This record gives sequence, structure tokens and C-alpha cells, in this order.
Amino acid sequence: MKEVTRKIPKKDALGLLLGKPVYTDDLAPKNSLIVKLLRSPHAFAKIKNIDISEASKIEGVECILTYKDVPRNPITRAGQGYPEPSPHDWYILDEYVRYVGDEVAIVAGKDEKCVNEALKKIKVEYEIFEPVLDFEKAEGHPSIIHPEKETHPMFEIGFDAQKNIAASYEMEIGSVEEELKKCDVVISERFYTQAQAHVAFEPHTAASYIDMHGRLIIISSTQVPFHVRRIIAEAFDIPIKNIRVIKPRIGGGFGGKQAVHGEPFVAAVTLKTGKPAKIVYTRQEVFEATYSRHPMRYDITLGASKDGKLKVIDMKGLSDTGAYGEHALTTFMVAGSKTLPLYNKVDAVRFSGKVVYTNKVPAGAYRGYGAIQGNFALESAIDMLAEKLGMDPIEFRKKNMIREGETSPIFKIMGEGREGVDMIVRSCKLNECVEEGMKLINWKEKFPRKKISETKYRGVGMAIAMQGSGIANIDMGAAVLKLNDDGSFNLLIGATDLGTGSDTILAQIAAEVLNVPTEDIIVYSSDTDLTPFDVGAYASSTTYVSGNAVKRAAEKMRKLIIKEGALKLGLDESNVDFDGKYIYEKNGSKKVSLKELATVLLYTENQKQLIADASYVGEESPPPFMAGFAEVEVDIETGKVKLINYIAVVDCGVTINPNLARIQVEGGLVQGIGMALFEDVKYSPNGKLLTNNLMHYKIPSRADIGNIIVKFVESYEPTGPFGAKSVAEIGIDTPPAAIANAIYNAVGVRIKTLPITPEKVLMSLNNK
Amino acid sequence: MIVKFKLNGKEIVKDVPVYKRALDFLRDDLGILSVKEGCGEGECGACTILVDGKNVHSCLMLAVELDGKEVITVEGLEDKIIQNAYVEAGAIQCGFCTPGFIISTKALLEQNKNPSSEEIKEALEGNLCRCTGYLKIEDAVKLAAKMYNKGSDER
Ligand code: FES
Ligand code: FES
Repeated sequence: MKEVTRKIPKKDALGLLLGKPVYTDDLAPKNSLIVKLLRSPHAFAKIKNIDISEASKIEGVECILTYKDVPRNPITRAGQGYPEPSPHDWYILDEYVRYVGDEVAIVAGKDEKCVNEALKKIKVEYEIFEPVLDFEKAEGHPSIIHPEKETHPMFEIGFDAQKNIAASYEMEIGSVEEELKKCDVVISERFYTQAQAHVAFEPHTAASYIDMHGRLIIISSTQVPFHVRRIIAEAFDIPIKNIRVIKPRIGGGFGGKQAVHGEPFVAAVTLKTGKPAKIVYTRQEVFEATYSRHPMRYDITLGASKDGKLKVIDMKGLSDTGAYGEHALTTFMVAGSKTLPLYNKVDAVRFSGKVVYTNKVPAGAYRGYGAIQGNFALESAIDMLAEKLGMDPIEFRKKNMIREGETSPIFKIMGEGREGVDMIVRSCKLNECVEEGMKLINWKEKFPRKKISETKYRGVGMAIAMQGSGIANIDMGAAVLKLNDDGSFNLLIGATDLGTGSDTILAQIAAEVLNVPTEDIIVYSSDTDLTPFDVGAYASSTTYVSGNAVKRAAEKMRKLIIKEGALKLGLDESNVDFDGKYIYEKNGSKKVSLKELATVLLYTENQKQLIADASYVGEESPPPFMAGFAEVEVDIETGKVKLINYIAVVDCGVTINPNLARIQVEGGLVQGIGMALFEDVKYSPNGKLLTNNLMHYKIPSRADIGNIIVKFVESYEPTGPFGAKSVAEIGIDTPPAAIANAIYNAVGVRIKTLPITPEKVLMSLNNK
Repeated sequence: MIVKFKLNGKEIVKDVPVYKRALDFLRDDLGILSVKEGCGEGECGACTILVDGKNVHSCLMLAVELDGKEVITVEGLEDKIIQNAYVEAGAIQCGFCTPGFIISTKALLEQNKNPSSEEIKEALEGNLCRCTGYLKIEDAVKLAAKMYNKGSDER
């Protein structure tokens, strides 16, 4: 392979570094009205009266919109396959406000100053209700967060608004109760994960204007431009054909931009005034009023025979979706569907639970998408079970974990919001990942602990994980290739590069098929007018789903080139081949260069534009796998945990671009480490998020993460483009459990609530 | 208030409201788009600029404080050595934090031609990144140092 597996730099790399106008705020029309939102100071209230008269008088203020001024169509902001598995429970503006930060009014004006002033002058009278702040008390709470009758699910998702239930789910294979009776060793434990914040560096930003044809144009830092187009059309009752959504470069997403956020507000202003408008969220707004990770609680029961065979897994969960049910069911199901198949040889398995509404920051998609929550619980519990059995945790895993060529009934039963698809795991080098990781961390030598000093102990711990590659039978990506007169190609894709480098990877795939340098593939992506459809960047789908579409389009293009080349050479197609430069006679000397063929096709002979397109929907979602190993040093005086080493060994199939794959894993690991150790979420008693800036919400800096080693164990996924699977999410999954396990091995305390702060460690040490 | 300062080698004289932050002044009035707002509170480093050779957070500075100073942003780095090192090392994901890292790298390498890993960590402490995991950024700084040193050997 020439282009695939090349470590070429990202196509946009240098452009990003020179300060060119590339992000939404850089590209918003210069005369845009500045849009800001009045947000609710109450966790749950009804607007009794709203008076904008004073505010409207302020010089420079162009318009102020309240719930009375915008259409009231129930939608979901979640950008997912349509119809969405998220309930339609959100309104552009509503008379109810359901969390501190919920939108009350839209203000637009000529500059920040006047808009800020106007925000202060809007008078709102609220009828305040008792908020639901504890998700363990949400079900059946006297306060009903969505009493309105318009809110509804799109299909059966176990939705029950009267009980504050956004979704529920249950499945069982075999009989958990019966099989547990046959187990020699059983453990039952409860785990909690927190509402991690994405902290994509570019805050959510959107701009809009009306073009010369009267169409609404939206520029947005979004992961899902085509979903944005559909959702905005639905929210405002305007035809899809009258909307164009453009995603320029974006400053990170991690799931936080897999939804509409600022788009409806700028659209409302532009539709009302006819003028361009833009909104740039402040960091505080991003924290308080976009998305977080769904906090979850899991009660896990595991049963095994004394020879170390895992026989039963029972996971009962409760997930907190905050004020709106975005990605509620799907993140919950993924906590099971992307963990349970790891142990595919059990006799009985059950996964059940509910996703409840609370009056807190809405939860949404976030890298890992439930899998990290489930993984923390399951992989912590597995260590606890192994200990009870008196077995080495790695030996226990090796005995029970999934292997290449095997399957799991979970694949068919649990999809995302509905049934999944049956599949054999055709590529799985999990065993090699574990072996390699053991060597790299020097497990035999270091397990379980070493005393460093009177107060410091080092321990090692590990966890295994899996993710998926797109959502089978739901997610579609399409690609178009167009030949230019110099023999270069335009690659048009709906796929959305979030900074990950997917534009580059997709170009590499096209280049590989066509046998041309990647530099000759000019990529344009994510523009609903100009590129074909793609569901967008989520669920680890781009390399696999969009990549397969690009590969097919390139194969079609190759055939077209051979066909037209043969015609030009006066030969039969079967006697002709194409090597990337020339279309040539197989057993002869006739040839024509691609450049010459391309030029005559456009200008002189047999004139036509060569163009090829393809779409792809995954029939399977091959999981990438990994093993993560942590070495920590715990100070028993302070409870402080220092991460010394983190080893990640990953099987993501063939790495199309090893550099980009590696940096994806590294970035994922550090977010996972942040979730494990630092990223604490705190609310005030009346429901205001206190950890709403980077001073109080600590994401890891370079100094926090110790030494990280990422290694790839290559497998070949036959359904993937050139053997590739996904890599975007898998890196985040293992750190919470691996670090918790390492801490236990170091000092014997088991922390079951994330993040693992020094206070928790110290308290557990004192209670030991 | 009228401020007079040097921006990327060019003399700037401009009237600016006293409440305006240096960050907004640079971005909105002077078109310096490499300077980004990641947090607005001096925590992330996306807004880092060089003021008289020191890397500072432009979100915490008022425009009027630039008066009489010499300011350099990514747009004004004469050679592209650091940028090229970041590209070469593959130290970029979304790129939103990167101009800030490049400026801090510049400030470091001006002081220290051969920084150790520890020194790099320390020098980049004020810059956060949510995408990359930092490892390649460290590689990029080392590579830039090497490229500079090679350049001066040849001279
Ligand atoms: S924007 Fe200045 S430090 Fe974050
Ligand atoms: S590359 Fe995205 S924040 Fe650093």
C-alpha cells in the first residue's frame, strides 16, 4: 500500500497554524448582529411575565425574541439517525425553563455592549417550582419536568414523561436468577460516573445570513451539518431546500457538537430581521448550557465458577439525562452493547434500567457514549471478582474475553435505540493487546504493588475495552469524486472533520484506490449544498462508513478512467489498465496520460465530466479493541494519585494514517484520565453548576498525565476500507477502570465513584 | 484612548475604548485571527501572544496596556520553523489551541535553545489542549529546537 498507512500530515495543518480565517467566528459576515441569550437563573420555573420594553429601547438593539415570537415545534437537538431515538422534548424557546442556563430570550444588537445591557434590562417574572436535582429521586418525583402535552417520542423508547422517565430498556439472555444460583462466587457492587464536560476548545459558534435567493445560510461549528439542516427546517417550519449548512474547520467536538446549539438562535434572528447574525458561546455558557456526559449509576452483579469461568453478568443502570432527553436511550444502551460482548461466554446476561430527567445541564453525546460509563463499572467489578476468586485479573480476563472469529448475542439484541445486527468479530487482537501491554508495563514485576517510601505505594491495574465502527444499518455516508483537467480529483464528502484529520484519511483512501498521490486529491467536506449526504462525525463512523463510501466511489472512478482511456486508445477495455499516471495497453505500447485524457475529455474529444459517486451503510459495526494499563503512585498521607505510566495497546485494524490514529488515541486517553482523576462536577443546592469554568473544572495539562505509550497491534478488518476499523472513541474507555484498579492494587482502597479525588482516596484509607 | 505599539513589526496607532480587551482588539479591529478565545479567563492559553518577548494571555489584558509594547503573534513569526515543526511532528488536531502553543514555544526557545522535557512541560503549563494528549506537542518543541540549532550551525 502506498498512500494508506502513510504518516502524512493533516491536509489542513499548516493553514490552521497561520491564523487564516477558518473557524466559524472567523468566517461570520463582518456586519453580523451579535446574538446573546438570556438564560434562566432557576432550575425549574414557568415564565409568568416577560417585559422587554426597557431593553428594546437601548440604542443598537435590533431585536429581542421570547417564546411568544418563535414557532413552538417539539424537536430534539440531538443529531442522530432519523427518526431519532431521542424524545422530541425541546422548543426553540418555551414558557418553561428546566435548568439553570435554559434559554429565556434571544437578544440581537449591533455590538456586545448594547446586547449585554439589554440582557440586564429584560424583566422576567417566574413561577418557581421545586427542581429535581437528585437523579436517584427523579422517577416519580412530584415535580414533572416535561408536563407539556406536545412532547413525545418518535417511536417506543420506554418514555414516560409523567414519571420523569426519558427512556427505559431491558433485555435478558438466559436466566440471570437461575444461573446465579449455580455460581460459586458472586459479587454485587454499585458504581457512579460523573457529568464530564467536553471542553472542545472552540466554544459553540454559529452564524447565519440570507443569500441572494432568500435562502437561510448557516455556518456552524457542528459535527452534523445534515442533521442541523433537517432539525432547523423542522423547528421553524421551513423547507429543507431553503437551508444550507456549512461546517468550516471546527475546534473539536467530542460529541458536544453532535446537536444543534446556537443555530436556532441565530436563525431566529436572521429570519426575523433579514440580517446576518452570529453567536459565540462563552466558556461558561458551554459548561452550563450545552451538553455534558450522562452521569450513570450501575449496580453490577457478577457470578463465576471457582475455576474462573464468568457465568453471569447483570447490569442494572440509572442514567441522568438532565433537562432534555438527548441521546438518552442510546448512550444508555451503549453502556451495555459496547461492554457486554467483551465477555461473550457467559450463560446469562441482563441489562436493564432507566434514563431519567432532572433539572440539570442536559446530557448528550460524548466520546465513549455510554461505553466509558459501563466500562468503569464492569471492568472495576471484574477485578473485584477476580480477587475474590483468588485469580490474577489478567488471567481471569484472558479466560473469559472475546476472541477473533467469535460472536456475542448482544450484537443482535442491542443496537442503538433499537435492535442491532448479528455479526462475527472478524478482526480481534485483544489477546495480543493484553500480552503486549503486560510486557510494556512490566506487569509480572510490578503487580500488584511496590512500596516506594513510608507514605508512597505504586500499583498497576488494567482494563479492556471495545467500541464500534459506525451504527450498522442506520448511518450512511456518501462521496463524490470528480476528475479535473490536470488529472487531480475533487473529493466531495458530507463527512465532518472535527480536527481529527478525517479529510486527510478519506483522501488517502481515494488516493490508494486510484494510485495517485494524496496531494492530488482535493477535499471539500460538510456543506449541505455542495457535498453529498453524510450523517456526520459520531459513533466512530468516519473512517469506516464514509471511508467505505470513498473507496467505492474511487473504484467507480477508476473504472470510468479505464473505460474512457480505452476509447481514446481505440482498444477494448479488457486490454487496458490504469496505473495512476497512464492508461495503457496491457500487452502493448499504446498509452495516454491521465492528464491528457482528462484535458481532452473536458475540451476536445468525447467530451464529458468524469464523476463517480457511492454511498455506504455499514452492515456491521466491527469493534476496535484495546487494553489499557495504568501505573499509579498513591500518597497515603494526602490521598493524592500520581499517574506514572499509561500503556494503551489498540487494535483498530489497519491504521490508514498511523500518526493520526496515534494522536486520536493519545487525546482520548487524556480525556479518560481527566474523567478518572480530575474532572469533578459540582452543583449548588439550588441547581447551579459551580464547576463552570476552567479554573474550577480541571482538565489535564501536560504535567498531569505522566508517561503515555500507545501501541497498535494490527489486525485486518475485512469489511473495513483497506482493513481499517474506527479509532476515535476507543482511547477514552479504559482509564477510569484501569486507574481505579491500579489504586486498589497499590493501597487496597476501591473507589467506585468518579472522579477519584484525593479526598475520596484519603477517606477510604481512613475507613479501612 | 490612542494606543501606539508595534504589531508584528508594524507600527500601529489606533483609538480604542479603555474597556476593550487586547484579545478583542487584535481579533476584531486588527484582523489577527490566530489569537483565539478558549476561556476568556487566563486558564487555557489559546489567546497567548508575545509582548516584549514574554508569552501572555491577551484575554486578561486590556488593549490600552499594549501601548508602547512590541507584540508578536503567529502572523508575525518571520520564519515558519515552529509551525513546520508542529506540522512535521503531527502535533495538531483541531488547531484551536495551537497558535497559543506556538507562541509559548517561541518564548521558550528564545530563552533556551535546548529545552529538556521537564523544561518544556513547565514552559507550556499555561497552554491547555483537549485534543492531542500533549505528547506530540512536546515532540514538536524538540523538533523546532533542533531545526533552529541546525539553522544556526549552518550559518
Ligand atoms: S482565552 Fe485567554 S487564557 Fe483562555
Ligand atoms: S488541537 Fe484541539 S485543543 Fe489542541
